[in-house]
Parts: sequence; structure tokens; C-alpha cells
Amino acid sequence: MIIMSVPRFWRKQIARYNLVGTHCKKCGEYFYPPRNMCPACRREGEIEDFKFSGKGEVVTFTVIRTAAEGFEDQTPYVLGIIKLEEGPSLTSQIICDIQSIYIGMKVKPVFRKLGQDGEQGMIYYGTKFVPEKC
Amino acid sequence: MRDVAIIGVKNTCFGEQWDRSFRDLVVEAGVGAVDDAGVVGERIDSMFVGNMSGGQFVEQEHIGALIADYSGLAKDMHVPSTRVEAACASGGLALRQGIYAVASGLDDIVIAAGAEKMTDVPSARASSALAAAADREWEGIMGATFPGLYAMIAKMHMHKYGTTSEQLAAVAVKNHYNGQFNPIAQYKSPITIESVLKSIMVADPLHIFDCSPITDGASAVVLAPADIAHEFTDTPIYVRATAQASDTIALHDRRDITTLDATVSAGKRAYQMAKMEPRDIQLVEVHDCFTIAEICAIEDLGFAKKGEGGIVTQNGETAIGGRIPVNTSGGLKSCGHPVGATGVKQAVEIVEQLRGEAGKRQVDGAEIGMTHNVGGSGATAVVHIFSRNR
Repeated sequence: MIIMSVPRFWRKQIARYNLVGTHCKKCGEYFYPPRNMCPACRREGEIEDFKFSGKGEVVTFTVIRTAAEGFEDQTPYVLGIIKLEEGPSLTSQIICDIQSIYIGMKVKPVFRKLGQDGEQGMIYYGTKFVPEKC
Repeated sequence: MRDVAIIGVKNTCFGEQWDRSFRDLVVEAGVGAVDDAGVVGERIDSMFVGNMSGGQFVEQEHIGALIADYSGLAKDMHVPSTRVEAACASGGLALRQGIYAVASGLDDIVIAAGAEKMTDVPSARASSALAAAADREWEGIMGATFPGLYAMIAKMHMHKYGTTSEQLAAVAVKNHYNGQFNPIAQYKSPITIESVLKSIMVADPLHIFDCSPITDGASAVVLAPADIAHEFTDTPIYVRATAQASDTIALHDRRDITTLDATVSAGKRAYQMAKMEPRDIQLVEVHDCFTIAEICAIEDLGFAKKGEGGIVTQNGETAIGGRIPVNTSGGLKSCGHPVGATGVKQAVEIVEQLRGEAGKRQVDGAEIGMTHNVGGSGATAVVHIFSRNR
């Protein structure tokens, strides 16, 4: 099972590695994952790249015990929706004791391996989150 | 625009059907619905087939033509056949496209079908195929699964409104109870709250018994202009509303994690089109891919106040004989969820109910019913309202 083809992953590598999203200069809205068209201003919008601080809090979460294909060796893992301090929310894994996580917990980003295509295949890296105090 | 009626319906059995192929299932449903309508093949003007992922489940695309061919409608009659896809809402959309075709006046007799053959691949492969209904690049890559996404909705619902695991389980218990009276259901055995809570955890707080199964099955309906429906049947069921709405593909981009705004919006459009309110609806088939999904659905469609879906279920208000019976078929949970078929199966259930042919699961005197079909974690919602009287 290939998690994602090389060009497809590589295309958004900077966004995944460095939490680079976009910002609409017209309305001031921030987007992560990045959007090339502002959903509010549409054709009138002015989009530029924006690097997020990565500080955020847990909106909701779950502990995945039956994994998606390619993630079997990671179970149990915490998956959460994190609201970044600049506004947008994203989905990511949260690395912490599964008993200690709670809604509203402050988190910060870390650079981590996301997955791997078997023994010989590509390794995917990206941003996961850890408790701010850790 | 012309009024539209359903004049024939058919579901195949739902379940693991090792001995039957994708095309076997669709042909059985299609032929059954045409038989039920008493229509001759020559009168069929077009077909729409809801199918989420023939490509991933049976490595077959070009589903429309395949179905026309194996139904005997391609080689001589060349009946146009279109595949419609919106993940788990594919069936509801196929129905809606069929209604459009008849309402527009371009076509008279139209087949709307839905089908999925999911057990030809291992269940891990099937789960990954289903995960393609979410955002592959920004949810799937992080290890999100479908149960995981709905689990995050459930977690938030519990946090915000105090919904309990017992209330989630009550949805599964009710739907399994109803399913035992449905001859096509995948699971015909009642379960208890305890058995749900003791079943293995898939993604906290969802146990395996909070999840709908992987299913093979197909469903079909025959549509006709309301004005000629009585030529075919004494009990045509009329389409009073067809509505659809979109929302963000990723759960994390929603306005409120515990509300499916697409459901709210499609529901409002449907009520407006039918000139009805939630209290006019006598039964509803909602998209209970997970127990939490039914709780959100009955809230978002106006059958319970926001946050009270769990309590309402626990109180028995959504049981057969209750204030608003929900998922008399057993729902996706107990009847099964062949993703492309589900939206059409829901309509078949409502038609059987409004005709008074639902046997032991019959809602007494039902005249108006609704269906609600969701794609992904809520990026597409389709709502239909049907009535016995025009």
C-alpha cells in the first residue's frame, strides 16, 4: 500500500514540513491547509503564503485503535482537530499519553515521520503536535 | 416542472454475498423494480446508477454502460445510463438526477439505482477506499479513518451536550431491533446496550457496534411523471421534495463540528419545496453510518433540539410507535451499508412504508416520509420527501 505518490506528497512538502499555509490580504482570513482561492472573496481575493506559529488547541480528538492502511503499526494513536491561534483548524496526530489528552489542551508542532511505504519505500514526514507543556 | 412519482421499487438482500457479482446485484434490483412497476423495457428512457467506488472495490469503472448492458438495455435500445458519485450519498444523488430527468419533461420512465460490491476486497482495503470520501491530502495522510472522523464528532457532542455512550448505543439497539423485521437486512439479531458497550473500541468513543458494516447490495426505483403513474400502479408514491447541499470536504473546516450544515441546508430546502415542517414528517430514514450520525441527523433535520438527539433516542421517541420513527429499515447500522445503494434503499423503505407493505415494521397510517443521505463526514447531504397523496 502506497500512502501517497511521490509527486503528490512533494508538491505540498513545504506546507506539510513547515506549516506554511496561505492568507487572504483582502479579507484577512488565514488558511491551513493552504487554499489558492479565498472562499469568502473568491476571484477578488489576494492570496499569499503564510507561515503559522503552530500554537493551537485541541478542538476534538479520538484514539484510533483500528488503523487506516499503512498506519497499522502506530496504533493506538491520537488523532485530533487542532485550532491554530491564527484561526484555521487542521487534522493531525497528537503525540501524548492517550489518557492525558483533553479538549482545550494547548499544543505545539513537531516535525515527525507520518508513515512509510513498507520496508523499502518512501518515508513521509510532516507536522504532528505535542502538548505545549512537555 | 412536472410532478414525479415512484412506481416500482426493489432491494436485493444486503450482506456479504460471496456468490454474487456487482452486476448480478444491480440487475436483480433493476429487473425487480421494473417488474414491480409493470413497465416494459422499451418504455425506459434513461438510467442513473449511484456507485461510490467500483474502481476501488471491483476495479470496474464505466458502471453506467455496464449496467445498461447487463440489463439488456444497451445493445438494441441504447438506453442512456449515467453513473453518479458522491461517496456514500451516491444513491441519493442518482435518485435526485432521475427525478430531474422526469421533472424536466425530457424523460418519462427513468430507473434510479444504486449499488456497491464491497466484500471482494479485504476489509482494510475497503476501509481505505471509504476513507477516500474524506480529504485524502489533509485528513487521510494523517491517519484519519472514517470511524475516526465520526468519533471526533461524537467526542465533541459529548463534551458540548453531555451525550453519553449509552445514548449512542441506544441508536444501535433501536436499529437492530427494527432490522430483525426487514427481510433484506444484513443483521437480523437484536442487540443490547451492554453488548454495544462491551464490543471492541474502534476509535474512542465509537465501538464496533456503533459502526455500520461493510455490505454488498443494490437497490432500484422506477420513476414516472405523476400524471401517468396510475397507468402502472394503484399506489404511486409522490416525490414532494428533492434537495441537496454541500459543505467543506474536511471535517476540520466546518463551522461547527457537531452540526452537519449540509444536512441543515438540504433539510430546509426540502421543507420549503414540500411546504412542510418537521412535524409533518411521519417517519424518516437517516444516514446512520455511525450511531452519532443518527443523533446529529435528527437534530439537524429538526426532529430534536440541538444536543438532545441522544436523549430523544433513549426515550424511545425514534422507535417504531414513537413520536418520529427513525430508520424503520434497520438503517445503515443493521440493514447494511452498500455505500452507493444506501440512498436508493432509503427511498425503497419509505415507499414500502407509505404503501402499507412494511410488514412488522409498518408505521401505522404513514402518509409522509423523508430520506436523508450523507456523503463523507458531511460534505454532501441529500434529502427527499415522499407522500402517499399527491
